[in-house]
Amino acid sequence: MIEASVLVVDDEGQFVETLVKRLDKRGVRAKGVTSGAQALAALEGGGATRTDVVVLDVKMPGMDGLETLAALKEQHPLVEVIMLTGHATVESAIEGMKRGAYDYLMKPCDLDVLMEKVNAAALKKREHEAKILEARATLISLRRGD
Amino acid sequence: MTSSDSSSRPGNPTMAIRSVVIGLALIVLVPLVIAGAINLAHFQAVYRSKVENELSVMIERHSLIVDSFIEDRLSDIRVIAREHPIERLGDPDFLRRILNVMREEYHGAFVDLGLVNSAGVQIAYAGPFNLESADYSSAAWYQQAVAQESYISDVFAGLRGSPHFIVATTRVVDGEPYVIRSTIDFEAFNALVENIRIGHTGFAFIINRKGEFQTSPRFEVALNRPPYADILAGQSRADRISVINGEDLLGRPSIFTIAPLKQGRWLLCYQQETADAFEEVRSMSRLAIATLVVVSLAALAISYLVSVRLARQLAAAESERAVMTHQVIETGRLASIGELAAGIAHEINNPVAIMVQEAGWIDDLLQDPDPTSAENLSEITRAVNQIRTQGDRCKEITYKLLSFARKTDPTARPIVLNDLVDEVIGLTSQKTRYANVSIVTDLEPDLPAISASPTEIQQVLLNLVNNAIDAIEQPGGTVTVTTRTHGADVVLAVRDTGKGIPEANLGRIFDPFFTTKPVGQGTGLGLSICYGIVDKAGGTISVESEIEQGTTFTVAFPRHFGGAEVHTDSDKEREGT
Repeated sequence: MIEASVLVVDDEGQFVETLVKRLDKRGVRAKGVTSGAQALAALEGGGATRTDVVVLDVKMPGMDGLETLAALKEQHPLVEVIMLTGHATVESAIEGMKRGAYDYLMKPCDLDVLMEKVNAAALKKREHEAKILEARATLISLRRGD
Repeated sequence: MTSSDSSSRPGNPTMAIRSVVIGLALIVLVPLVIAGAINLAHFQAVYRSKVENELSVMIERHSLIVDSFIEDRLSDIRVIAREHPIERLGDPDFLRRILNVMREEYHGAFVDLGLVNSAGVQIAYAGPFNLESADYSSAAWYQQAVAQESYISDVFAGLRGSPHFIVATTRVVDGEPYVIRSTIDFEAFNALVENIRIGHTGFAFIINRKGEFQTSPRFEVALNRPPYADILAGQSRADRISVINGEDLLGRPSIFTIAPLKQGRWLLCYQQETADAFEEVRSMSRLAIATLVVVSLAALAISYLVSVRLARQLAAAESERAVMTHQVIETGRLASIGELAAGIAHEINNPVAIMVQEAGWIDDLLQDPDPTSAENLSEITRAVNQIRTQGDRCKEITYKLLSFARKTDPTARPIVLNDLVDEVIGLTSQKTRYANVSIVTDLEPDLPAISASPTEIQQVLLNLVNNAIDAIEQPGGTVTVTTRTHGADVVLAVRDTGKGIPEANLGRIFDPFFTTKPVGQGTGLGLSICYGIVDKAGGTISVESEIEQGTTFTVAFPRHFGGAEVHTDSDKEREGT
């Protein structure tokens, strides 16, 4: 089990607050915000490296889930995103996966399922990072002519 | 700015039926009456001219008969005067023989025969009167006969004291003028004219230029009245046959036919009452009117039967339409609910998700080694309270949805628009939140009630507000709902700051199935249903729009005057739940 770091984004503050507490209790380093703009702000300045997975609500006032996903993937391509959706917005969630989201979950979701997806997503991010590090090392050794 | 409104109302079916009856009757009767009147007038004119023509021909024929009768008698006398020596003519026996022959030949037209010498004394006479040696030297006829060689007198009483007239011719022997004269039997002559009879009132007579009767008329005649007076006074032409319409002695319309006799010295007059002369026209008119009445009655009966049948079909169509309208409204309502469903599902889903999380959190805490620690108990209490709060939130949402999902009740009752505005705005709050639309209300306090079905007006409002929200694109805008009293109307306006409606679409905006939304997202029925509902409530709906500035829908309802209790939709819903 890896120690994942999660950012929960949902316009329902109470939902975010409780979910963060529950994730914390399961050893996940969780943080919550209530809008897309706040999410992007939280990932600024090294936040992205400390965050493995963003759990993102599709339907939010202002910047909605898909817009936030686009901006987030553009600025922080390695961060994995799990879309949270109601029945009416499943199509948006699938659209999100086409645009690079790792997976989606229907609300209200079971925490164990969320944990599984969060861990899998975090693992994927770590693997990506490891591959990048490895590629960099190979690149450096190639330059050295080893 | 462009605008469109529609306020035509379907007519009352009973009125429509009445119009059909009147219309059909007029369509059938008017041409019939016109054609009948034209035909009758034409027939009358033709018949009148025919009657007048026939009268002229008849009178002309009779005038020839009368003229030739007189001329023939004169010719007879002339033949006698020329054929026989004057000595024989002076023999009364000879005259008697000739008279007898002539009476036999002419059925007694000649009454007597006489020879008058140049002194004016009748020297020979054959006839019923004792007129031998009668002295005619001062008689007008004698003087005329000598002067003109031949002469036909007017009818006069003369020496014998009974009406008669004389035909006379002159023969000059040794410079002495002898006059052969004969009296023409008045009865025989009178019979020639008296026999001219047509119809019940037609009769003929002869007058001379002095206005003296030459035959005795069957009925009384006033020669001092038109047209006789005019002709005798020389004001009307008498040298040819004239047909004159006038009045008889008793003022009855009559037709007068007058022909000249004896080169215009006498006049043959024929007089008949117009009604009698045109009896055939009158019976024809009666027949035509009777036909018209029968045909009119038949036309009325047919138009009545057709109308009754139409009325039944109209009534059936009307009730079918009412059912259809109700179904369309219901469908539109379901479509509106469907449109809201996404937002409402999400709205319900959010509190449910919180409740599930809170319950899960309690579960997590209960699995703690020390679940009853003060910190855990406080957290459990908070979570339980949160579950209750979110439950209440769900209840509110279901109230709002239920108030709309209820079956449409088309019964009109007094309602205040402001109450419905609040309800509908509550229902769309989720939608406005995600569309970045703020709803502003400007509601007149103490707004008068209107009379309409609350569920139907709620649907109108929801449609207008939904459309207004849909019209606004990112980054959002404002929808303003205003209520005002305007004269006897209560006016509701829904204004958006959206993209506006192109002028080309504005005229069709209330048409059924007209939509600019992508396929599958709009039924195109919303505004057409709104129009139907508003129209049913006796109101009008209009739209004004300007591209990139926004659109305003204005609905005006007649205000409700009455003391009935004002219905509040949400109250009823809460009572029923």
